[in-house]
Amino acid sequence: MSDAIKFTLNGKEVEARPGETIWQVADRQGIEIPHLCYSPKPGYRADGNCRACMVEVEGERVLAASCIRKPTASMKVNTASERAKSARAMVFEMLLADQPAKDKAHSPDSRFWNWADKMGVAASRFPARQAPKPDLSHPAMAVNLDACIHCNLCVRACREVQVNDVIGMAHRGIGAEIVFDMGDPMGLSTCVACGECVQACPTGALMPANLLDAKGVHKGKPDRHVSSLCPYCGVGCQVTFHVEKDKILYVEGRDGPANRNRLCVKGRFGFDYVSHPHRLMKPLIRKEGAKKDAHGTVDAANPFTHFREATWEEALDRAASGLKNILGRDGSRALAGFGSAKGSNEEAYMVQKLVRQGFGTNNVDHCTRLCHASSVAALMEGINSGAVTAPFTAAADADVIIVIGARPEQNHPVAATFLKNAAKQGKCLIVIDPRGQMLMRHATHALQFKPGTDVALLNAMIHTIIEEGLVDEQYVQGYTEGFQALKEKAKAFPPEKMAAVCGVDAGTIRTVARKFATAERSIIFWGMGISQHVHGTDNARCLIALSMITGQVGRPGTGLHPLRGQNNVQGASDAGLIPIVFPDYKSVENGDIRNVYEELWGRKLDAKRGLTVVEIMDAVHDGVIKGMYIMGENPAMSDPDVGHAREGLAMLEHLVVQDLFLTETAAFADVVLPASAFPEKTGTFTNTNRQVQLARPALPLPGDTRQDWWIIQEIANRLGLGWTYTHPKNVFAEMKKTMRSLDGITWARLEREDAVTYPCDSEDQPGHDIIFGDGFPTASGRAKLVPADVTPPDELPDDQYPLVLSTGRMLEHWHTGAMTRRAGTLSALEPVAVASLNPGQMKKLNIRPGDTIRVASRRGAIEIKTRADTDVPDGMVFIPFCFTEAAANLLTNPQLDPFGKIPEFKFCAVKVESAGRADAAAE
Amino acid sequence: MTDAHAARQPATFAFSDENADKAKVIIAKYPPRFQASAVMPLLDLAQRQNDGWLPKAAMDHVAEMLQMPPIRVYEVATFYTMYNLKPVGKHHVQVCTNLPCWLRGSDVVVGACKRTLAIDFGMTTEDGMFTLSEVECLGACVNAPMMQINDDYYEDLDSDTTEKILSTLKSGGRPKPGSQIGRHTCEPAGGLTTLTGGKASAKKAPKRKTADKGMEK
Repeated sequence: MSDAIKFTLNGKEVEARPGETIWQVADRQGIEIPHLCYSPKPGYRADGNCRACMVEVEGERVLAASCIRKPTASMKVNTASERAKSARAMVFEMLLADQPAKDKAHSPDSRFWNWADKMGVAASRFPARQAPKPDLSHPAMAVNLDACIHCNLCVRACREVQVNDVIGMAHRGIGAEIVFDMGDPMGLSTCVACGECVQACPTGALMPANLLDAKGVHKGKPDRHVSSLCPYCGVGCQVTFHVEKDKILYVEGRDGPANRNRLCVKGRFGFDYVSHPHRLMKPLIRKEGAKKDAHGTVDAANPFTHFREATWEEALDRAASGLKNILGRDGSRALAGFGSAKGSNEEAYMVQKLVRQGFGTNNVDHCTRLCHASSVAALMEGINSGAVTAPFTAAADADVIIVIGARPEQNHPVAATFLKNAAKQGKCLIVIDPRGQMLMRHATHALQFKPGTDVALLNAMIHTIIEEGLVDEQYVQGYTEGFQALKEKAKAFPPEKMAAVCGVDAGTIRTVARKFATAERSIIFWGMGISQHVHGTDNARCLIALSMITGQVGRPGTGLHPLRGQNNVQGASDAGLIPIVFPDYKSVENGDIRNVYEELWGRKLDAKRGLTVVEIMDAVHDGVIKGMYIMGENPAMSDPDVGHAREGLAMLEHLVVQDLFLTETAAFADVVLPASAFPEKTGTFTNTNRQVQLARPALPLPGDTRQDWWIIQEIANRLGLGWTYTHPKNVFAEMKKTMRSLDGITWARLEREDAVTYPCDSEDQPGHDIIFGDGFPTASGRAKLVPADVTPPDELPDDQYPLVLSTGRMLEHWHTGAMTRRAGTLSALEPVAVASLNPGQMKKLNIRPGDTIRVASRRGAIEIKTRADTDVPDGMVFIPFCFTEAAANLLTNPQLDPFGKIPEFKFCAVKVESAGRADAAAE
Repeated sequence: MTDAHAARQPATFAFSDENADKAKVIIAKYPPRFQASAVMPLLDLAQRQNDGWLPKAAMDHVAEMLQMPPIRVYEVATFYTMYNLKPVGKHHVQVCTNLPCWLRGSDVVVGACKRTLAIDFGMTTEDGMFTLSEVECLGACVNAPMMQINDDYYEDLDSDTTEKILSTLKSGGRPKPGSQIGRHTCEPAGGLTTLTGGKASAKKAPKRKTADKGMEK
């Protein structure tokens, strides 16, 4: 069956690969056939409805749609016969009858007009139907159905590719129309604004709203197209920036390994932050006597109340001399530095090198501490590798998929589409989370368990697997150690006893455990619902144990995948932006390794592990740390108990901040260095799948801003380090000297291939997607199973603070909001700070949606608007931490997981009271 | 109009106990993984429970029962004209105006409806008793012209019989459904005939030779 099919195409003998359509063979042969409803992009099924691609098949009465018709042996196909050509021209003429005239076309450069021009169809003899009205209700996208040809590519985009199920074809016959939900205006529908439909639409009926002028016409034309990446989450989507006159006109997804052309609302519509008026254009120096007030704010639009502009020379001198003074007076331990998981691998490497070589301390960390530190701690302990063992696209090969403590539809939207695709294929999808989510609609099993009871639930699953004899004995014997201890521990966790603890009935726990264990291939995805607890490491240990005792690792469709949050949290961690390890997770306390770096960097290095993010702030309070350098991080928003962190920042004798805006953190700075935004820089970034990808600059640096790598080097050299990098690729080359994870990956290769997965055996081989098929990089080659005990959350609700606060992100806003809240479309979609509560809970508290509430914990209080959300369980409040005017982290508990040193962002006790009714007009 | 109807959209919908049981029986007719096929009978059941029209909440409820994305249910509900997406009167008068009915005088039937009810197509009488709709073929051409009122067909209509039917309904009576000229179901209007003669029992009619020839093959 898999033999090639020989047939004749335009008189020439050709071969079709199995499954190929006539159109695909023709395309391969360089024969152009017009097409509208067919998209050759990955993920799009041919539908054959528009008839623009008709070809003649000898001996057949009617023409065939080449996009969907597969050739058979000795078939004779003619794509260029008069009959085929005139039929196609007629299709275009009929479609053209209803189109707005070309000079008024919404997109004169659309695929429809390009084909019509090529075919010489310029006018139509047919009468036009009545044109539907434009729908401009959505901030991101304009809907002009007068240009719609009902090809339903948008329906397939929404339903089959991104699986959002918003767009449909309603009514019938002449009344048929594309609708959003029940014919709602797009802006009021359940649309999540991924824009897949915009990218798919061949006529301009669906377009980015910002492209259209008042008459609904797109006049601009990009003058260049830059292949780069999306700067938001760890998925690492490849994008094309379409640029006109140094402005990003629009963004489209590229066929990257992690996104296959797909994007989400942030990656498609979230780039105008780069030209927001708040953007810092000149270095700032704190004015003499301008007080650092831990509880006050500095207006990001007008920093001149506290700062004055300075030349780069002055600002860099001031920045470096402040650090040098402290270093000379108090020694290395008085300094610390934060890098950023939003920067490139090269920038991360430079920051940790600056702190280690220049400051002489290991006090360097970044926000991985706040997201997956506990997952990494457990993974390092268990299998001595902190990265994923399989990419999220492996879900396509899995039979059972567990998603626990993660909301990928909000936080990794493009990864979620691959999970939904798998579910649509009939795979068993098990979604486990205290909060409900749309992904549960696609799940075969949705478990909403009590917050903070992860270990009880997971141990009950382990118990079931062991008790029912579902353990993969051979795998356990061959590749693990510590099984006996795990077995003993699990005895105490029968599902029947744990049901009451975690709020999931015993039968369901057992079913889910059995499915996971007995499936041929099972894979686990997890997010910050697992990691951001005082028992985060224990949670992750349980997941590792689940995979190991069932042998669900190291094969296609199996593995462990902590969904990494920031776009480069994997790369920044790999590059050693961590206080306890050098690049590639080599311990700073290991003398042999230290020798390597001492030789390389030409100085004695700190032999003791450094302090982590939260510990650094504590050390500031203790008067130990007096100076800090912070590149691209915003601890004044992202730290737990942020009031405490802000007090710390205010106490610093000298603070240098390198960022795009006057962030909440920069408000405490002595020197602010205006840096480069993502679309302005070159660098490599490593996504959650271990894919190292190249970002290319699309825009020139605005004003007097500078490249981040240049700024770091200028500071380093003012500390006498004598760095001589001239381009990020020099840094990359230096990293390759000590980082085996970059073997097989060169700058030239990345320029050629855009993405390479590590580990990679050689330059001419693809990297390994799935790792650990044959043991682990531990001393014994075996995975260590570590039993976990139940540790309750640190701060349980009581009479005074009766509700649980959980924090996280929302689809439209990224991290602390510094970028997305300054992106026009994104902030139009989610403009105000909101707390979500269950409608039942709201009734109990006598609060209506839109009311303002006061949420208070033992550490602080905020006022915030409310939203009714049935996904939030009773007894819980959910607040995203991106809102500066109502910073959720003023409330959170800074208690740390003892291993990962990650704070408990997902659980603290709060009280809620009404603080003002919504206006009758609002909501 | 849309806003007024939006205001009448109930926030929630659930099947009555009796209908929930019926729904179970309907779903059980389809094998697992193909139960989305139950969408049409379930929508019909929901419409019957909800005074003859389908609110969005009912479609969402059916979507949830069948684990379908709601948009798939909306597509079905908007495609078929028998699902009413807006409230309808107690009596939903649907007049066929397709070719056979039109040739047999549906214009007169339509005129009688509009005159008697004092509304146009797509409208509901102020007392909420009648909604008048123009519909495509209802498959009763043999007794054209015809109209459907709720679950009953009224056939072989003219102006008078149409008026009489509507008046009877107005006064709370129940008109006799079916042919209004007294023929039994779809028997020929001129009485029963046979191929061989005028009457069903006659033997004199000539043989239809051409037909026989065809049969011999």
